Amino acid sequence: MFGQLRDDPLGLARSARSRRSETLRPRTDRAERVVKSVCPFCAVGCGQLVYVQDGEVSQIEGDPDSPISRGRLCPKGAGTRHFVTSPLREYRVKYRRPHGSEWEQLSLDQAMDMIADRVIKSRRETWQEQDEQGRRLNRTLGIASLGGATLDNEENYLMKKFFTAMGAVSIENQARI
Amino acid sequence: MGSNMAECHPVGFQWVMEAKLRGAQLIHVDPRFTRTSAMATRYVPIRAGSDIAFLGGIVNYILEHGREFREYVVNYTNAPVIVDEGFKDTEDLDGLFSGFDEETGRYDNSTWQYAGMEVRGAVQSDETALSGHQVGYGGAAAHMRRGEPPEEDPTLEHPRCVFQILKRHFSRYTPELVEEVCGCSREQLVAVAEALCDNSGRERTSAFCYAVGWTQHTIGVQIIRTAAIIQLLLGNMGRTGGGIMALRGHTSIQGSTDIPTLFDILPGYIPMPHAHEQQTLAEFVQQNASTTGWWGRLDAYMVSLLKAYFGDRATAENDFCFDHLPRISGDHSTYQAALDMLEHKVKGFFLWGENPAVGSANSRLHRIALANLEWLVVRDLVEIESASFWHDAPELETGELKTEDIATEVFLLPAAAHTEKNGSFTNTQRLLQWHFKALEPPGDCRSDLWFMYHLGRRIREKLAGSDDPRDRPILDLEWDYPTEGEQEDPRAEAVLREISGWDTEGRAVSGFGDLKADGSTACGCWIYSGCYAGEENLPARKRPGQEQNWVAAEWGWAWPLNRRILYNRASADPDGKPWSERKKYVWWDETQGRWTGYDVPDFGADKRPDYVPPDGALAEKAIAGRHPFIMQADGRGWLFVPSGLQDGPLPTHFEPQESPFRNPLYGQQSNPARKQRRHRLSPFNPTAGHKGGDAYPYVLTTFRLTEHHTAGGMTRTVPYLAEVQPEMFCEVSPALAAERGLENGGWATIITSRTAIEARVLVTDRLRPLQVQGSELHQVAVPWHWGSRGLVTGESANDLFGLALDPNVLIQEVRGATCDIRPGRRPRGPALRELVESYPHARQERHR
Repeated sequence: MFGQLRDDPLGLARSARSRRSETLRPRTDRAERVVKSVCPFCAVGCGQLVYVQDGEVSQIEGDPDSPISRGRLCPKGAGTRHFVTSPLREYRVKYRRPHGSEWEQLSLDQAMDMIADRVIKSRRETWQEQDEQGRRLNRTLGIASLGGATLDNEENYLMKKFFTAMGAVSIENQARI
Repeated sequence: MGSNMAECHPVGFQWVMEAKLRGAQLIHVDPRFTRTSAMATRYVPIRAGSDIAFLGGIVNYILEHGREFREYVVNYTNAPVIVDEGFKDTEDLDGLFSGFDEETGRYDNSTWQYAGMEVRGAVQSDETALSGHQVGYGGAAAHMRRGEPPEEDPTLEHPRCVFQILKRHFSRYTPELVEEVCGCSREQLVAVAEALCDNSGRERTSAFCYAVGWTQHTIGVQIIRTAAIIQLLLGNMGRTGGGIMALRGHTSIQGSTDIPTLFDILPGYIPMPHAHEQQTLAEFVQQNASTTGWWGRLDAYMVSLLKAYFGDRATAENDFCFDHLPRISGDHSTYQAALDMLEHKVKGFFLWGENPAVGSANSRLHRIALANLEWLVVRDLVEIESASFWHDAPELETGELKTEDIATEVFLLPAAAHTEKNGSFTNTQRLLQWHFKALEPPGDCRSDLWFMYHLGRRIREKLAGSDDPRDRPILDLEWDYPTEGEQEDPRAEAVLREISGWDTEGRAVSGFGDLKADGSTACGCWIYSGCYAGEENLPARKRPGQEQNWVAAEWGWAWPLNRRILYNRASADPDGKPWSERKKYVWWDETQGRWTGYDVPDFGADKRPDYVPPDGALAEKAIAGRHPFIMQADGRGWLFVPSGLQDGPLPTHFEPQESPFRNPLYGQQSNPARKQRRHRLSPFNPTAGHKGGDAYPYVLTTFRLTEHHTAGGMTRTVPYLAEVQPEMFCEVSPALAAERGLENGGWATIITSRTAIEARVLVTDRLRPLQVQGSELHQVAVPWHWGSRGLVTGESANDLFGLALDPNVLIQEVRGATCDIRPGRRPRGPALRELVESYPHARQERHR
């Protein structure tokens, strides 16, 4: 055994090999494509390689090209494949009506339409043209938003742009927290 | 300090370990002994919330021993500037600076100004008072002739110069005082101060890393300010191996601050306009921009933003649609919004990858707030607690909420993962990195770009033809983005290009220097301007690190203008020569007549080091060649901050809102300008010296684990991660366990005036009792990743905290409150509230 471990002190290379292991290939070998990405968890910004096979993410690994992470990922980053394929992930719109006790189904199109109607209605109901001192407000405090720190810059940009034009000012994200 | 980098930013920590291998000292100052401490050359335990006292002790050590980097301090900081004679320090007023109004709890900063300067206009102070926010970054509205303060003393001897004020202010932060406040030994403080001084100067630099362990206090901004003072005194800013690194917690939280989904700013830190009877764009610019430094071009940034927002509809004749922007008039932050939900003032709420039912301080209040909405849209990958509260909130068990009584209409819209969309993150080092779409989002899952674009499109279609003036801004919006694929996803690159900006011919601009105030350029975020220069998506550059030098300038793109170290002109001496060969980074090349080096110079490329601005010079042209801090009106790093802060021009140790101790420095116990948001659902624990204060004898702080992320929505749902960290727990020392009969692996109930939660007990030497003000202090530390859903569930640490906020940024204090702890599980049902009500509450009385 000592002989086996001489050139393999961790027992992870030659000593772990067998006839069966010689036939094994990493699942990354079978990927149709590999896409460069960035870890979605903390703010270090480690490079990720996303392997896709049969229309699904088959593996996510560290990107050795990244000068930030040099191929490494922490437990969360290494678990990203299971984050994007989590057994708890939702794939359909869920709707709960006022006072309801169950989730109901709704098409995405119908949900979008209903949300647009509610935005317009709440905005009209809570519109503030000016305050009691006659100062221009031009806004609504009746619609608020929270979130953005896990989103893309482009997404935050469109959110701030549209909400601002809508007069919604209570637009916030985790940076406040 | 304020960070457990090894566990919370593990891959970034590899660089700290590399530095250590090359001989660097690693110092960790933290209430808990963590894996970062285990790797450190030196670990110093301190009481949660005592950071300013510790850092102030270092400032005092530097000044007492003359260890400041004199040439740097005299030339690059405002140390020589003479301050207004009306200024009074906390040393003079028992913990208050001059200008405090007891009635409103706010400061008027007119006496904090440089001597000989005109005081800000009445409009400005009015706005400050209204919003609790000070407009202006780096000396807004200040006018300095040729960018120089009116009175200076380069010998630093004048009694009213910043250097002498600093000296007096920190003179009582002796090692003995630090020991008394922080609970570390005086020797430990001196050893850290010596190590920092020995490792700073011409040949060496030191860096600070912090995270939310610093920000989540009622004095959070001032803690960071204290570190900034140290780094400026030691000459560690703008230099390789120096600086202050904010280790931010979400992948693009920096981006969502720069391009803000925040109420008080527009993209690029432009202030949101405040309510006025009448304010033109020119008046807005005049009131918010300094005339010197890069903020002197606010008009160009603002007009270009309005052009990006409103396109051809924005013209000089209609003030570029400036009146289309809504006005703020107070605190419209997320905590205020939650309180307004309880009053039914907020009807509808959008959540995007955020989970206040677990992640916001006093999460019980937030769950009840959600139950008071008319409608709620949740965009997430899973059914988070903020979507499920109506059927599984803990308040259903206590009887505070009933499903059938909750009128909130909830839409849960599944979101796309980062692997299913193109886009850029801005990571903690200001670096924009593009991630490419690997596959289409499944089922109803869509990107937030898709959701916002199509929601906006539908609203615009429904309002088309409206002649209601309030609909004008929506209809005037530039909202035509090219879409692609079956799902009609907007092209993220088109949005990035708008953020970067273009000119009249539609060509991408090369940077914010190209932006004009005449309406001939459009730019969605001036500090990101140039990220699409040459029609190239620069954040998408992925030239392998191994093919580049250590700066790796062709991996992604850092704002501004791909500069990797801010204010890097300070890496050279006043004459433009590197301070040392070892630390050379950016320097003046006389033969080429320009700045050069390893990084993009953060300075006018051909501005000579001996450049003296002519009379009447404006904006960046008014900053002299020897002043590196080009965003400031005077080009210097501010040891003393005359404007821009709500709670004082200098950091001062104050006790947390809830503390077992009186402030030994001043009669003023806590930050006088802090914001206390009191509510029936959000009382405070009585503090030391007040009736009931001794009911909460322990300091309570939160922390993160490597295996979970924030409120857990992204990790409690991942099988491997749920398996390795399956259960909510609390860390206590063996001494506290003995005092309270807590058993390792058993249950404990942690109680504050908000609520009580249960957790498994981890008895560990990682927390140790501290001697504070002559008595033994115990601290209780809790991770905050759990909630009622996911593969593993547990009670939420954030339920325990109240709403005491930093006055500058309105961030809550969850690092250093007080609590009680007892063995066993918490009572079930209504008995839970009975237990909490049996403890004292400070609902009404204000305390200083």
